Amino acid sequence: MTTTDAPQAAPPPTGKRRIGDAVFAGLARGSGLLILLILAGVAAFLIIQAWPSLAANTTGFLTTQEWDANVRENPAFGVAALAFGTVLAAAIALLLATPVAVGIALFIVYYAPRRVASVLGYLVDLLAAIPSVVYGLWGIGFLAPQLVPVFRGLTEYLGWIPLFSGPASTSGRTILTASVVLAVMILPIITAMSRDVFKQVPQGHREAALAMGATRWEMIRLAVLPFGRSGVVGGAMLGLGRALGETMAVAMILSPSLAISFDLLQSGNQTIAAHIALQYPEATGYGVSALIAAGLVLFAITLAVNMGARYIVARGSKEA
Amino acid sequence: MAKRIDVSGLHVYYGDFLAVEDVSMTIEPRSVTAFIGSSGCGKSTFLRTLNRMHEVTPGAYARGKVLLDDMDIYGPDVDPVLVRSEVGMVFQKANPFPTMSIYDNVIAGARLNNRRMSRSEADDLVEESLRGANLWEEVKDRLNKPGSGLSGGQQQRLCIARATAVKPSVLLMDEPCSALDPISTLAIEDLIHQLKEDYTIVIVTHNMQQAARVSDRTAFFNLSGPGKPGKLIEMGETNQMFTRPEKKETENYITGRFG
Ligand SMILES: Nc1ncnc2c1ncn2[C@@H]1O[C@H](COP(=O)(O)OP(=O)(O)OP(=O)(O)O)[C@@H](O)[C@H]1O
Ligand SMILES: [Mg+2]
Repeated sequence: MTTTDAPQAAPPPTGKRRIGDAVFAGLARGSGLLILLILAGVAAFLIIQAWPSLAANTTGFLTTQEWDANVRENPAFGVAALAFGTVLAAAIALLLATPVAVGIALFIVYYAPRRVASVLGYLVDLLAAIPSVVYGLWGIGFLAPQLVPVFRGLTEYLGWIPLFSGPASTSGRTILTASVVLAVMILPIITAMSRDVFKQVPQGHREAALAMGATRWEMIRLAVLPFGRSGVVGGAMLGLGRALGETMAVAMILSPSLAISFDLLQSGNQTIAAHIALQYPEATGYGVSALIAAGLVLFAITLAVNMGARYIVARGSKEA
Repeated sequence: MAKRIDVSGLHVYYGDFLAVEDVSMTIEPRSVTAFIGSSGCGKSTFLRTLNRMHEVTPGAYARGKVLLDDMDIYGPDVDPVLVRSEVGMVFQKANPFPTMSIYDNVIAGARLNNRRMSRSEADDLVEESLRGANLWEEVKDRLNKPGSGLSGGQQQRLCIARATAVKPSVLLMDEPCSALDPISTLAIEDLIHQLKEDYTIVIVTHNMQQAARVSDRTAFFNLSGPGKPGKLIEMGETNQMFTRPEKKETENYITGRFG
């Protein structure tokens, strides 16, 4: 292509229009930059504030479990147990929520009559609007006591699985209870993302499956799930991000203690976010700085999860 | 394998809207039947009632009788899933499953009916189906690559292989070549010619030359008026339809004169 013989007649855009464009472009660019600045600002704040305690720490921050930071000299604190509890609670929540969310989304899109589907979709969205304090109250007030006999049963019959070894907590305020509450909290986002991508499955793919004698479930397996995989994974990752950072509900449910433990039915784990919320009011000496260091770790974990989610979603949409 | 289709008094509705009115016809086994007619006269709608695919559209239903040999496909305890594994379909837009390999695309439908197929059985079926679709030589070295990486014409032949791998007795094709170049179109037409040895084939096309080239019998559909339902106007030997049609309407359509 050459431009030499291009007609000169292209009408110049009017001055007004250009100003409008420039203003809009400036605003858009400004908002984009602002996001970057805020992110960088938060990161810088965390690092600067965390530094004094990290420098003074007498043990390995990432490898030790005890939290002895409320002192003026020689603090000894580590984030290992907290990071472990955080990831464990979020991972269990994800394992519990994803299959249910996918099931609800499939039901809404492919099985339910239109009226039922819209009511159900509305109810699921409503779950997302419940404040986390309320979830916390529900967790201690209702769910934990209800789960005590379940936990006792689990230790009795499945106790040979290390995860379920006893003795079961008598208060029901265990990491598993927290995970169940987290699962309910992240259900809406995973359902919504899955539902959206299931709706977008091209008619051609669905009809291709049906036309060779697939039942509805086989059609879903052949055409819907492969197409929707990236959306489900993306939704799950966003849910994971939320579960990792959730504070209030977990802080209310878990009794404070610090240990790395796979015993889901005993009290003994804690998450970073809840730990910060519980410890902050009483922090003295290096305490605040140490909590901020823990916050920095949470920030890094969440950032990594979100970037992972973005990468997976982007790769998926390129494939489709 | 091929089966006869016997349609009598078929009406097709989209909700309240009568799209196709009172069609009766017989489609012979081991033959190619072409459906022609202007846009919107209900060719696709009617075609989809031959394997109950229209039921996928909310609100669509048919009244009348469709016999596949002796089986009434609208019989009270006939499973549409079973009907569709007997009466396969190829669509206008090639639609291989994008995340599946060529191999998995071909085997997908057959796996539904026969889960415990051994590896070697599956290999044989894939080769046989791809050879049957004149695609084997082109893809035998990249069976594990995604089907969406093929050209449009190859994708359409892949879809035909996928449909024949289920071993249906009838193949319905809705404008299978309308998105293809002349060379790929010829490849598909040759293929249709071979396939009619084993299958009953029905093809919808807007291309008169194509109808004349591939089909034994031709059915002409037309609207009885704007907003009115589509009807079967005339059906007969392709030769005769294109040279001495019985109805003036058919002659006008075939020679390109309307009104
Ligand atoms: N899903 C649908 N819902 C409602 N009406 C429909 C639907 N599909 C088709 N119709 C209507 O049914 C009539 C027949 O449509 P159909 O697609 O069968 O025509 P066609 O002969 O295949 O046309 P073309 O040659 O353009 O493919 C048209 O009036 C169309 O508007
Ligand atoms: Mg059509």
